Amino acid sequence: MAEEVLVFGAWGSPFSRRVEMALKLKGIEYKFIEEDLTNKSPSLLKYNPVHKKIPVLVHNGKPVAESLVILEYIDETWKDHPILPKDPYERANARFWAKFIDEKCLSAIFKACWGACWGEEKEHEKAEIEHEKAVKEVSELLQFLENELKEKRYFGGETVGLLDIAANTIGYWLGVFEEASGVELLTREKFPKLCNWANEFVCVTAIKENLPPRDKLIAYFRNRFGAGNASK
Amino acid sequence: MEEKKGEVILFGTWASTFCTRVELALKLKGIPYEYVEEDLTNKSELLLSLNPVHKKVPVLVHNGKSIAESLIILEYIEECWNTTPKLLPEDPYQRAKVRFWANYYDQKIVPSFYIIFGSKDKEREKAIEDLSQLLKVFEEGIEKDFPGQSPFFNGEILGYLGIVIGSHACNYQAVDEAIGVVLISEKNPEFLSWVNALKNCPLMGETLPPHDKLVARLSARLKST
Repeated sequence: MAEEVLVFGAWGSPFSRRVEMALKLKGIEYKFIEEDLTNKSPSLLKYNPVHKKIPVLVHNGKPVAESLVILEYIDETWKDHPILPKDPYERANARFWAKFIDEKCLSAIFKACWGACWGEEKEHEKAEIEHEKAVKEVSELLQFLENELKEKRYFGGETVGLLDIAANTIGYWLGVFEEASGVELLTREKFPKLCNWANEFVCVTAIKENLPPRDKLIAYFRNRFGAGNASK
Repeated sequence: MEEKKGEVILFGTWASTFCTRVELALKLKGIPYEYVEEDLTNKSELLLSLNPVHKKVPVLVHNGKSIAESLIILEYIEECWNTTPKLLPEDPYQRAKVRFWANYYDQKIVPSFYIIFGSKDKEREKAIEDLSQLLKVFEEGIEKDFPGQSPFFNGEILGYLGIVIGSHACNYQAVDEAIGVVLISEKNPEFLSWVNALKNCPLMGETLPPHDKLVARLSARLKST
């Protein structure tokens, strides 16, 4: 039986790009369906009725939602080029940091880049203090990742793994947020390892082919969230 | 015959759902472990060094290496002690579904309870209604994704999803007594029937926090908010 793999995603979303990166790394052919998130297709709503979000992977008609769940499914289904290590402790470690990135880093980064400009006008001084707090929080979170990298080329060791893919938000989208908002977060002085990793990460073929165009992404975020928190 | 796989220590607190999960998994697999009770108002230096990122329980320490976050610990236990009973299904698609619903439960249902505890009067009524809606989605989703088979049990034995949901929802009678009815049987009969089946599991009864003690704890918490 011919295998059918569909990916419902959006060009600018790091989450749907994660799924594509994993499939590319494993050499799996798939059909990509671009969703207009302001006008979601009946298919998407059928395949992910609970969250109504992308990405959704549909494998021979069976839908899987949530990017990290999808990555595990991909690794368990197509065994070539594994993205998780064999050792249970290393696996737990990769999962831990992937969860950390999704649950802690992203909202902190957004807050630092666009937080104080969001919603109502705040007094300038109060906004400044909130902004500094947000930047400090991101710094602390990035430090954990910097320490986790140690002397490894990738989080996955010699080759890109699940954690590297999950960290695409840090490796590429963070730079885009910084430029769109004018806020500096991932500096070379503070995070030399993470910066080196990001450079290596975006050069890996399966990753490079799946990065949305930078300028287009910057313009999108600037347009969506405004000029950002940078001191004017 | 289970070979000795090294020292296992669980840092936890008696009233925590997330710690109950880990204990259920360890007991199911027959893994001997040492339990260390943490005082969350005065966390030990050791705990803070083992889980510097979140500074929370549970933390499992196995052969000197620490693992945090209950769902991650469950998968670790499953992979490290790769024997029966299995906590997760073998098939990747089934596994994806149980992981999806465990995430849904933790991201939507568990926080709903906190909102209920932290609110009063009209706000609380609304929060209870919101919870029943989320549980409806859960009920429909489970029925659709696992037609004709309980995803909470592996035959007669507790499975991953049973551990995740049971460790939390099986305390509902204590919640009822301490703050009032939160799980309304007319609104979520399916969910309650699953929870009651989980409550009937002897291992669940042995591992959940003692009812009266939990009632006292929840009542005290409520008074202080």
